[in-house]
Amino acid sequence: MLSSRLKIELIAGALILFGVGLTVYKVFALGFPLLPGEYREVWTIETKISFQPESGAVDVKLTLPEPVAGWELLDEHFASSGFGFAIRGEEPRRANWTKQNLQRETTLYYKLQAYRPTVDALPDRPPEALMPPLLNPDQQVAMERLLNVLRAKSVDVESFTSLLLVEMGPEGSDPDAGFLRSTWEEESGDILLGILAHAGIPAGHLRGIRLEDGRRRQTASALLEVYDGDNWLVFDPETASRGLPPNFFVWQRGSQALLDVVGGSRSRLEFALVSNSLPARAVVAMEQRLGRYALLDFSVYALPVEQQGVFKGLLLLPVAALVVVIMRLLVGISTSGTFMPILIAIAFIQTTLLVGLGIFLTLVAAGLWIRSWLSHMNLLLVSRISAVVIVVIFLMATLALVSYKLGLDQVLSVSFFPVVILAWTIERMSILWEEEGPHEVLVQGGGSLLVAVLAYLAMSNRLVSHLTFNFPELTLSLLGVILLLGKYTGYRLSELYRFRNLGRD
Amino acid sequence: MLFRSPAALRRMGVLGMNERNVGYIGRYNPRRNYPLVDNKLLTKSRAQSRAIPVPQLYAVVEYQHQVARSNELLVPYQGFVIKPAQGSGGRGILVVQGRRGDNYLKASGMEISPDEVARHISNILAGLHSLGGRNDTAMVEALIDFDPCLAKFSYEGVPDIRVIAFRGVPVMAMMRCATHASDGKANLHQGAVGVGLDIATGSALRAVQHGQLVDAHPDTGASFDSLQIPHWERVLDLAASCVEMTGLQYLGADIVLDRQQGPVLLELNARPGLAIQVANQAGLRDRLAIAAEIAAATDDHDEKIEAARARLGGGG
Repeated sequence: MLSSRLKIELIAGALILFGVGLTVYKVFALGFPLLPGEYREVWTIETKISFQPESGAVDVKLTLPEPVAGWELLDEHFASSGFGFAIRGEEPRRANWTKQNLQRETTLYYKLQAYRPTVDALPDRPPEALMPPLLNPDQQVAMERLLNVLRAKSVDVESFTSLLLVEMGPEGSDPDAGFLRSTWEEESGDILLGILAHAGIPAGHLRGIRLEDGRRRQTASALLEVYDGDNWLVFDPETASRGLPPNFFVWQRGSQALLDVVGGSRSRLEFALVSNSLPARAVVAMEQRLGRYALLDFSVYALPVEQQGVFKGLLLLPVAALVVVIMRLLVGISTSGTFMPILIAIAFIQTTLLVGLGIFLTLVAAGLWIRSWLSHMNLLLVSRISAVVIVVIFLMATLALVSYKLGLDQVLSVSFFPVVILAWTIERMSILWEEEGPHEVLVQGGGSLLVAVLAYLAMSNRLVSHLTFNFPELTLSLLGVILLLGKYTGYRLSELYRFRNLGRD
Repeated sequence: MLFRSPAALRRMGVLGMNERNVGYIGRYNPRRNYPLVDNKLLTKSRAQSRAIPVPQLYAVVEYQHQVARSNELLVPYQGFVIKPAQGSGGRGILVVQGRRGDNYLKASGMEISPDEVARHISNILAGLHSLGGRNDTAMVEALIDFDPCLAKFSYEGVPDIRVIAFRGVPVMAMMRCATHASDGKANLHQGAVGVGLDIATGSALRAVQHGQLVDAHPDTGASFDSLQIPHWERVLDLAASCVEMTGLQYLGADIVLDRQQGPVLLELNARPGLAIQVANQAGLRDRLAIAAEIAAATDDHDEKIEAARARLGGGG
């Protein structure tokens, strides 16, 4: 029979060794970088095709992206249970899902990971033949007048296109542009392409995705590409600005449709996006080794995009827990609520530290003031706390509104604070105030905040997030350390202070 | 110096909170017995069944609807104490010493209305003073008619005696004297004086306020040299019996001296042990080791106390 202490030490030792050992193996045998080094932003794009099948065969074709403009594809994955699946064609490739018949609404998935090691220009391609749409006589007249006006004001294709985009945009003032816009027929295709075709300028769409971290239901956007005889120029029709926007993943160029669904209706194409900052060397290692080592298939990277994002945050929590354990067991700081500091630290990650501190102190101070007023009303506990919850929510809304009006956008992140936790904090603090006086409120509140700030600093550290995400096995080592600390029977720092005068006369 | 080195504390045998939690509370106090200590109603009934003297229970208020009639319950009594059954750290205790017309008089001489008493009870029921804010029960019990021989050592509040007993052996004791600075409360960190007591005799060893040694009570001026707890044997006997009563092997008993009944058990604490080391200016660890030896040598209640007085006396 082992003593419980020895048992804990053995288990903790095994956990620590396992975590560290696996990490060492990954570093030395698989070439994972231990230190963050140079970072690459790797985007995981999850494409979701959903549609309502009709009777008969279903045939879904999705144009697959070609890596251009410096983008590199790391990994592709198709989910197509029960469908016949094939990838056809070259440049562009098209994924083709087929099925004889289908009963209910169905979703197909295509996931890819891409990063952009270099920013290159778009490769050259031959312009397609001009196919100006047919116009009725009134439109024809308006079109010619508009083209003449634009040509008179512009010197080349680039300035012509810029002017056209401004006139066709929401701030355009030209009456002919307005007339064309209001009478344009849907079957004539895109109005901008139509006008450019009439002007004799080869043009096309550049389809792709505006990359935003954490977006769940992003849709494809189309940029405008015009050919000035030598080069392709890219314009963003929404902003009328030139050039490829920095966070734009190019999916497809040319007139072909992105998605064709035969035998289905109400088809939708949506993208979920997550960006991970990965060390450059890890990206390279992944590129070379994916599929060859079972270990990598079991890493966090193998999870669906949305879960990866969640785990990016979750894997940091053990670090925060370690901070709390150390501060309470080794230092002896008293906090209000064991893990309240962690929740506050998580909120700080969203708000950034100084803004978060400001918001937190404001909310707690205002809440305490209102709570002291509530305590005169002699309410029962549950309704009192509920009242504080509601008041806190109201305060948060007010704070967000006022700061938005004042143009302080960061304060909008106030919504990341956990309301119920705040309400409990206020309630505890106010009881503490009544019973032990403001001094104790300062001690405990200050202690909680100090621990929260330290936990925040640990969680937002780049090395820490690099290690936890790339070496999740280190979490087991953390567990071992925390188990060992649970058996720590030495003095706390606060006791060295408390007993400082002991035995000295 | 702001900090003491861990080595110095270890040399003095100071018991830290981590060691207390892992080595004593976690090891010797079974979780399932905690309610006996945390719920004062349970403590009281268990103590009565063992003939341990406790303050007489006048009434119990359990439900909110009884609060409206609570003042009728109090009619027969001149003085009483209202406290939460599961209060922690002496919170939520209302001491009424007399009446003036319809109103009540608090210990400090302040007058409070029947409505305020009802509100206090209502707050207790809502769990304002209780661990974790759980719903609680209010208990009304007899006022301690406390022994006048100790009156000069306390300002406004009742001085109480804390004895830590380990496996039936009294290990360390102190008296807590309220001061003006502590607002009549017997809480050391709020400025009450802690007086370390000799386990052998019940006389004062040293007195500490705010971590500094003092010779006399700061408000009454009474010198602690003359302090000698009467009925000391009975105090130790009571504390040791509580270990047997609760099954918690490491425990603090809070005892007050009543004029008629002598030592009376006020409440028990399953997590004691840090402040008492400051009051005694001595560490607990070596004493706990000796107590373990005593407990291993004999199972007899009286023999354990005798051995404790012989080996742990003198305040070493």
